[in-house]
Amino acid sequence: MKKRKERIDRGIKVRSEDVFAVCSWREMLYLSSPRWLPVFIFLTLPLLLGPYWQKVMLSVAVFGLLAISWDILAQTGMISLGQALFFGMGAYCAGVMNHYFGISPFITLPLAAVAGGAISTLLLLPVLRLRGIYFSMVTLILPLMLVRVIEATKIFGGTEGLSGMTPLPSIWIEIYLIFGVLTAALFGFRRMLTSDFGLVLKGINDNDRSVTNAGINIYWFKIQALFIAGSVGAFAGAFMTHVYMFVGMPVFALDYSILPIAAAVVGGPGSLAGATLGACILVPLSEVLRGIGGLRIVFYGAFLVVFIVAIPEGLFHYAQRKYHQFERWVEVEK
Amino acid sequence: MTVTPLLQISKLSKSFGGVQAVSQVSFDLNEGELLGVIGPNGSGKTTLVNLISRFVKPSSGKVIYKGRPIHSLPAYKIVRLGIARTFQMVRPFYQLPAYKNMIIPLFSPRVKGLVGGKYGDRDAVALDLLEEVGFERDAHVAYKIAGALPQGYLKRLELAKAIALEPDLIILDELFSGLSLAEVASIVPIIEKLRLQGKTIIMIEHRLKELFKIADRIIVMNYGEKIADGPSSEVMEQDEVKNAYLGTE
Ligand SMILES: Nc1ncnc2c1ncn2[C@@H]1O[C@H](COP(=O)(O)OP(=O)(O)OP(=O)(O)O)[C@@H](O)[C@H]1O
Ligand SMILES: [Mg+2]
Repeated sequence: MKKRKERIDRGIKVRSEDVFAVCSWREMLYLSSPRWLPVFIFLTLPLLLGPYWQKVMLSVAVFGLLAISWDILAQTGMISLGQALFFGMGAYCAGVMNHYFGISPFITLPLAAVAGGAISTLLLLPVLRLRGIYFSMVTLILPLMLVRVIEATKIFGGTEGLSGMTPLPSIWIEIYLIFGVLTAALFGFRRMLTSDFGLVLKGINDNDRSVTNAGINIYWFKIQALFIAGSVGAFAGAFMTHVYMFVGMPVFALDYSILPIAAAVVGGPGSLAGATLGACILVPLSEVLRGIGGLRIVFYGAFLVVFIVAIPEGLFHYAQRKYHQFERWVEVEK
Repeated sequence: MTVTPLLQISKLSKSFGGVQAVSQVSFDLNEGELLGVIGPNGSGKTTLVNLISRFVKPSSGKVIYKGRPIHSLPAYKIVRLGIARTFQMVRPFYQLPAYKNMIIPLFSPRVKGLVGGKYGDRDAVALDLLEEVGFERDAHVAYKIAGALPQGYLKRLELAKAIALEPDLIILDELFSGLSLAEVASIVPIIEKLRLQGKTIIMIEHRLKELFKIADRIIVMNYGEKIADGPSSEVMEQDEVKNAYLGTE
């Protein structure tokens, strides 16, 4: 007897793109909880954690932002291997503003996000026409080059970096600020990507010829996507500068490029929620594995491989499917 | 009184490596004309379209549109001037519903410019345009995922995307190929309607019978060169054209 898996949408009376005809509290809860539940967890979890894990949460949010930034670019058809460029650029912008000019973190953060995004975009402007792996290679190399530039020219403290940055007033402000930004970025850019503007970005990824054929300058849209993604990453970097009260060459390290990609892939590429979810899993995991010592990277790598093989669609898409559909085995009719 | 042609092509050439895909092609096109371009496979018809729409850069020659040289403008600017084209190989956004495929052309700066900023509800406009090219509203075909639509509808979608841009010149690259006789018969009236609206049209076609019924004038290409140019009834009588088609060379 042959069997096949049947998938049935759960019984919501009407479910179209954004019109819901909702009849009961249960249905309302069913539809809305995936949205408010994560927000609720972000709000309450810090209250239950000790100082060490609170710091880990900051990392989670920072890598979440970098993964969101990566995913926005990926959805526009630009695969970035150099999220460290945005991160480092934001970190140095905030560092310079605070160290040399004594500007308050509450001003350096937004300013560094915009400036870091803009400078990164300018740096990538000449290679915007490159496609696929050629573009990726440039993004990989740029942050590594910048490190050498800082080392050789000794600007901004050279190999020593800049220290003595003003911290944010308290850990609570740090946590709720970064999670506020993460939530805003997650829901805001999700909305942006489903708008007509987002459709154009995805169109460029899918078939840029057909977008050009509508009289749309794809490079202008790529620039906008780069600036948005760059600013998100730069904000994360600027934030870390004030958390560590230090900025130096490590901000351009490969970690900031690779981990966000891993997060986006594990969580489910093509969705910002997936990117965030990925960061929420991988960053704490990496902390837990810290105890193992030398073999940490091996376990970490093995975990990634298992994950990608077991759930290639990504955790978010998997969970979303399970949440919205029943599955059952039915006999195939002869 | 002489009218300046809408489009003037002079000595347009393109070679890919050693292949001379289009060579020294010149012709004028008047406003409101329906020009058919025919020729055997590989004779350079698609390349000619690509040169006009600037998806491919000419090796030499000029393209003058409304009295203005356009051969060095980028492709997207040419669309904004009012030249829309379709592709021989249709490639819609397969995972989107048909009407969502219309959003990108409707997002075009050209459309926004024409209607003065706001278009209102793009989805509604998209549905109207699709109905115009034969997406039956009652059957909700426009809501189907593009990947699930048969070739006939994909070609109509391609046509609708071009019409959405409200162009003055429409270039259709083998719109009829891959369609049944009945499907072609149902698209012909749409093209005739476009003519009544005063649009200038270039049709690349292999389906000669259908083309000859609607074209004012035919250009025949062979090995990248224009070998004949004239009213549909006359061109097929020329020896060169017969040779090209019968392959007696
Ligand atoms: N991008 C390209 N690179 C190299 N050669 C090309 C390219 N595009 C077209 N050619 C060559 O140019 C010649 C003309 O091709 P083209 O596609 O313009 O012909 P066509 O008349 O449209 O043919 P068909 O009727 O099959 O569509 C062919 O020999 C083709 O191989
Ligand atoms: Mg062709």
